[in-house]
Amino acid sequence: MRTVCIVGVGMSQWGEVWKQSLRDIHTDAALKAIKNSGVDHIDSMYVGCMSGGMFVGQEHLASLLTDYMGMRGLPATRVESACASGGLAVRSAYIEVASGISDIVMASGVEKMTDVDGDEATYALAAAADQEFEVFHGATFPGLYAMMAHVHIAKYGTTREMLSAISVKNHNNGSMNPVAQYPFKVTMDQVANSVMVADPLHILDCSPITDGAAAAILCTEEIAKSLGKPYVKIIGTSVGTDTIQLAQRADLTTIKAATIAANGAFKMAGKTINDIEFCEVHDCFTIAELMVLESIGKYKPGKAGEAILAGETALDGAFPVNTSGGLKSKGHPVGATGVAQVIEVYKQLTGQAEGDRQLKSSPKIGMTQNMGGSGGSSVVHIMEVA
Amino acid sequence: MTMFSSRNWREYPHRYRREASKFTKSGKTYHPKRLVDPETGDTEQTTVILPDEGKIVTYTVIRVAPSQWGDLSPYGLAIVELTDGTKVFGQLTDCDVDKIEIGMEVRLEFRRIQSEGHHGVLSYGHKFVPKWF
Repeated sequence: MRTVCIVGVGMSQWGEVWKQSLRDIHTDAALKAIKNSGVDHIDSMYVGCMSGGMFVGQEHLASLLTDYMGMRGLPATRVESACASGGLAVRSAYIEVASGISDIVMASGVEKMTDVDGDEATYALAAAADQEFEVFHGATFPGLYAMMAHVHIAKYGTTREMLSAISVKNHNNGSMNPVAQYPFKVTMDQVANSVMVADPLHILDCSPITDGAAAAILCTEEIAKSLGKPYVKIIGTSVGTDTIQLAQRADLTTIKAATIAANGAFKMAGKTINDIEFCEVHDCFTIAELMVLESIGKYKPGKAGEAILAGETALDGAFPVNTSGGLKSKGHPVGATGVAQVIEVYKQLTGQAEGDRQLKSSPKIGMTQNMGGSGGSSVVHIMEVA
Repeated sequence: MTMFSSRNWREYPHRYRREASKFTKSGKTYHPKRLVDPETGDTEQTTVILPDEGKIVTYTVIRVAPSQWGDLSPYGLAIVELTDGTKVFGQLTDCDVDKIEIGMEVRLEFRRIQSEGHHGVLSYGHKFVPKWF
């Protein structure tokens, strides 16, 4: 396999973007990425989108989006793995470059979620759960993660403060991210006193509904070098799956798909969790960030909460997590999230993170963990400075 | 988006009669029924009827509900481990949502699940009722 690099990235402004359509925001991010990379063409494209059909009534996105990018005829593929669709797009692009089929491939992600009301958005998102045996009974996504949270609390004594601290940290980081949907800080009291959505999760434990797109240009190292711009190498990529129905899992305190994906990526990269200096994880809910940090082996089961309270995962901590603001503050346009995580690691490794969120430690290796649904799928990437 | 009623009656064996797959090699039971044992790959199975009692493994209280359950909100949701070890998902009813806890004993009752919404027809199935009632 050939070495695969990331040479350029682009994102649309994330948030409630009333004036722009799905095709507009995707085109914005895609053209920014191409310009940022300096490539004069791309050979193909993979676009991650969870549910264009339910959010805007539009499928067949790969063709539509290449047309609107001014690239009719380009080989293009849409990939879907619920909220891990973006990560899967990056992995698909990686495979196409690594295999030698193409030299320059764009991985992008997009979701336009505010063209429907909250009820329809909830329904569309719930399609990532088991439609016939969870959603049928009135399940919502906050509800499913809340059920995992209750088991974690009962087994390990996880506290409200631990969960609140994750939201506070991610909002602090996101306040320095110019494309974030909610670039403001919140306090521990504000999180704890915000409206209860699904016990024990409050609204400030939950990632928002977001319009957004993100794109990255992947290519061979030879091309990356010739462009004369900062680039990073993808040294590990893996995807793991698990049952999407919570009731069928043996252990609800861990995300098995994340463990499988992380271990696969570590093996491919020849690294362990101890080699990873910082990480973007899928904090769709605060409890998810906590469980993922344990599932990828960074902390022993039940020990992530204490580390978070001690500041280990803060910007200036030993293992910064979600320097971008995470899904919580940056926003969570489900199909785009996985690509945006990779973009944050690219920026940190090349010293391009905006404002004070650029890590002072000049990290050499970073990781992303993207998750589908309540943990039915997970995609992990490990990146290294060139 | 209304679903065809076949989508509803197709699930009658699972929802009305609690039919489940018990695989011969592993002895494990899965609800709903499936063709392959996810642990062993075994396809040899018998159909069993799930017990109607169990304990709450975990729960939540939905306070921001989808519109078809708006009139029930707030309502409890739980994963219940039945007396045979099978775990099933469902809604709690006839229940003070502030008194739900892990380990609470419940029984399964046949109730209306949805009156309209995306299924477009009356849909029935199990709900969990605390055993103290």
